[in-house]
Amino acid sequence: MNTFQRLRATIADINRRYQTPRISMSPAVRLSLMALRVYLLFLVGLMVYRFVVLVS
Amino acid sequence: MNVFARIYYSLSKASKAVRLYLVIAGPGIVVMVADNDAGGITTYAATGAKYRYALIWFLLILIPVAYYVQEMTVRLGAVTKRGHAEAIFDSFGAFWGWFSLLDLMIVDWLTLITEFIGMTAALAIFGIPPWVTVAGVIALMAVIVLNGRYWTWEKIALLFCALNLIYIPSAFLVHPSVHDILRTGLIPNFAGGFNGQLFFYLMANIGTTIAPWMLFFQQSAVVDKGMQEKDIPWGRFDTMLGSVLTVVVAIFIVVVTGTVLPGIEIDSAAQAAEQLMKTDRYVGTFLAIGLFDAGLLGAICISLASSWAFGEIFGWAHSLNTKIREAPWFYASYFLTLVTAGAVVLIPNAPLVLITLFVQVVAVTLLPAALVFLILLLNDKATMGEYCNTPRQNLLGGFIVISIVVLSTLYGVSVMFPGLFQ
Repeated sequence: MNTFQRLRATIADINRRYQTPRISMSPAVRLSLMALRVYLLFLVGLMVYRFVVLVS
Repeated sequence: MNVFARIYYSLSKASKAVRLYLVIAGPGIVVMVADNDAGGITTYAATGAKYRYALIWFLLILIPVAYYVQEMTVRLGAVTKRGHAEAIFDSFGAFWGWFSLLDLMIVDWLTLITEFIGMTAALAIFGIPPWVTVAGVIALMAVIVLNGRYWTWEKIALLFCALNLIYIPSAFLVHPSVHDILRTGLIPNFAGGFNGQLFFYLMANIGTTIAPWMLFFQQSAVVDKGMQEKDIPWGRFDTMLGSVLTVVVAIFIVVVTGTVLPGIEIDSAAQAAEQLMKTDRYVGTFLAIGLFDAGLLGAICISLASSWAFGEIFGWAHSLNTKIREAPWFYASYFLTLVTAGAVVLIPNAPLVLITLFVQVVAVTLLPAALVFLILLLNDKATMGEYCNTPRQNLLGGFIVISIVVLSTLYGVSVMFPGLFQ
């Protein structure tokens, strides 16, 4: 197995190990994670917009 | 018991407490003082030059802000015995785990470049070429890290923290008016009215107070040090002492530039040092030494924050208590981050100003997530047990986290759109 394959196997193993979130998904946790997703989408959108404006 | 016996008993009790603290002291002070990194020094120098002493009261507010956030990492590390990256993977799953880990890697690497920019600029004032600074710093950090003991690393880091206090004698050398400092600095006010520019400075000061790497670093350091639940009170004291120290140093920097360079636009701490050299050679020299020390301390901590995080997730041995042959990947990632960041500074015409600005933007993609995860983890009764956040801590911590998220986001946005708050 070469280095790249070993790295892929390790990442797959990490993904398997942490597949299920261990914290109990209470409404507060769900709401916080949803807010984070919206926040990140907004921020990435802003960055992309800025990049497009700069390039054009 | 006579008076002498009572005095002897009290002194011996106090001396025992001090000795015990000196054993526990470390992560809190190191992380807080390292927070006054090259970028932080520039922000404080620019704040002093722009508003003189008028924003000292605002810096004082940052003591509890920094303390409450970092105190949570002490509890989480001491109770779970896991670093922040591992805690996020375990509690929130692989998606949020990879997001945090990769984002941390990018932010840390970019921040490390800014530390090298600060260090090379500081030593350039003394005529030292950048390549010598970069090579010297990497060699010095290799010596510090490769001794194979967390304890030795930490005590050397504390020594550099002590050097950060160089700004205190600098402030005395410029003979500021104590009356002016007390009159204009300690009473909350908005110099020249609350306008966009002032808001930008407030955001910049908040932005330099809590950085994403600090959360990851302190929690991993607490774990590597082997702190237990019983050590939490000392960890808290250590963090509080660090918060006070970092703000005191920041105030003295503001006093120096507020006294000597009022009204001058400061773009970098190195520029401030050069300006000060013209007025007072010793103060300029002190500021340059302080800037180098700040960059070095930042670099020492930031590179470790990433290596610890990767070690936790990839299952590599990841302790400073291990030798290089026992933890090759941990040290390899440490030096890879360090050498590549140093090399970027040496590239002719590298876009260093753009990198410095970009750090702020990338940091705001990670900071809110890391802070929200911190609050959620501290509310996980199953893991934290009696060390879970109380309603009062949640109220206070929640308010601080929301304030930091809003202000640091606005700061990041203002970096992307410079005219927004002008």
